[in-house]
Amino acid sequence: MAKDYEIVIGMEAHAQLLTKSKMFCGCSAAYAQAPPNSLVCPICLGLPGSLPVVNQKALQQTIMVGLALGCKIRIDPQQIKWDRKNYHYPDLPKGYQISQYDLPIAYGGEIKIALGGEERRIRIRRVHLEEDTAKLLHADRATLIDFNRSGVPLIEVVTEPDIRSPQEAKAYVEKLRQILRYLGVSSGNMEEGSLRLEANISLRPAGSAELGTRTEIKNLNSFRAVEKALAYEVERQRKILEAGGKIQQQTMGWDEAKGVTVLQRTKEYAQDYRYFPEPDLPPLLLNKEWVEEIKSHLPELPEALKRRFIKEYGLTAYDAEILTQEPEVAEAFEEYVAAYPQNPKAVGDRIARSIFPVLKESEDSLAEIKRRLPPWVLGGIIAAKEQGKVTTSTADELAARSARGEIAAADVKALEAVFAQYQRIGTSDSLLPVIEKVLAENPKPVADYLKGKDTVLRFFIGQVAKETKGQADPNLVKELLVRKLEDIRQGGTNQ
Amino acid sequence: MGIDRRQVEHIAELAKLELTPEEIEIFASQLSVILEHFRSLQEVDTGGIPPTAQVIPLRNVLRQDEVVPSLPTEDVLSNAPHKEKGYIKTPPLRE
Repeated sequence: MAKDYEIVIGMEAHAQLLTKSKMFCGCSAAYAQAPPNSLVCPICLGLPGSLPVVNQKALQQTIMVGLALGCKIRIDPQQIKWDRKNYHYPDLPKGYQISQYDLPIAYGGEIKIALGGEERRIRIRRVHLEEDTAKLLHADRATLIDFNRSGVPLIEVVTEPDIRSPQEAKAYVEKLRQILRYLGVSSGNMEEGSLRLEANISLRPAGSAELGTRTEIKNLNSFRAVEKALAYEVERQRKILEAGGKIQQQTMGWDEAKGVTVLQRTKEYAQDYRYFPEPDLPPLLLNKEWVEEIKSHLPELPEALKRRFIKEYGLTAYDAEILTQEPEVAEAFEEYVAAYPQNPKAVGDRIARSIFPVLKESEDSLAEIKRRLPPWVLGGIIAAKEQGKVTTSTADELAARSARGEIAAADVKALEAVFAQYQRIGTSDSLLPVIEKVLAENPKPVADYLKGKDTVLRFFIGQVAKETKGQADPNLVKELLVRKLEDIRQGGTNQ
Repeated sequence: MGIDRRQVEHIAELAKLELTPEEIEIFASQLSVILEHFRSLQEVDTGGIPPTAQVIPLRNVLRQDEVVPSLPTEDVLSNAPHKEKGYIKTPPLRE
């Protein structure tokens, strides 16, 4: 019989900070679109005699992350120091990376995640600051080096081995990314490599307190990769253990295309970084007042925002969750609510119905969509629908077409004209001819209805909606249809 | 206690240095002497002195997050023996 194993996972995340300049020099950190080796200087090239100087903004952003994760910040009289992590690889021109070894900026925090209605706490071991490395392009017969990324500020967030399943790992990464984005300190863009992940994973017999031998998985570049690679590695390790084998401590890489983890290096080749204190950078003694000030200026974080949305706008927990997933969406929601404060719930629904699909189907940014469908227009559409001027399906269509930029109203008057054009047809006089036409054209479904097949009603309602371009009041249509069909039943004939 | 051949080989591997057997012998004895010399520092009584990684009395040296011009790419590449399309070129590194 298969033994029960407990999964033990710890995560390491690297996130690039959104500073204007690099970590230790004034070169621009906006390397993505720049020509190769155009944003470098003697410091980030590691030329002899150059002296690094700490970017205050990067330090501040790291403190923000530490505080947001409930970490303790190392403040005066505690020292923060820098260390050299030595290794030889061409992505590192100095032969070492400036990092932090034993005295990181922040330590001892936690992230709460919710999974299947259950709350789990993942302890954060440390948050430290370091520098990114150069980008290597591997060609067939050569490797090309671009040092523009070298020296971009990078934070590392390390958890304790508290994660118990691949799903939890994914939820943790989603939450961490969300917090970084709310703080505005990192884009969290995994595709572009702004957020990169590694996992340590081991299995142990359920109930055991000892940790099993772990493997490290690198190259996890999406939420999906995190979950899939860990699920794969759990099974790989389980099979070895069940066959009586031993896990080798080794570094694996995730091969997304093949869906497997592959060996990168074994423990014999394990790195020996020979960390030692960075002599070029004096230690930091953080002023308590400065840290307090940073704390008091932290933006509202997703959990707090969610609670406020529920309390202030009467949203359901589900709606609040959806609307706070991305900081831009939460911000847009509040701007839209300001234009139609009468019914925040309807505003949230309208965003989900009309804006989310456009965000999903196109590359258009939310800012662009907001420009096309400004709050006063969305508010106007909701109001027109609630006042019965237009039907729900007309409101859907007007909002979706505005969001896509297909129609635009210059002012309230123009918008009212649009509503007039798409006015809800809510009188028997205008609807009866349409209904009679639909019934006359469809004798078979009419016969079916008369035989007791009520479900054809939906077909007729659909046909009327089509004839009226969705402008017919569906309740009235249904009422008139039933009345008309019953007339036919009484009269025995169709018209 | 000195430094043996295996330790020299390990350090050489980390530093990506290729050493001949003769060189390994030479460095093993030289590094042992150097280490021995530094060992004399351990005789100093450091009780009551806090650990320090820095002897320069500077603290909190920070710069504002401001962009300054970088080097012209031409200068950046001027010391590179091999280059291509603005990149520095090395032998293939793919693992």
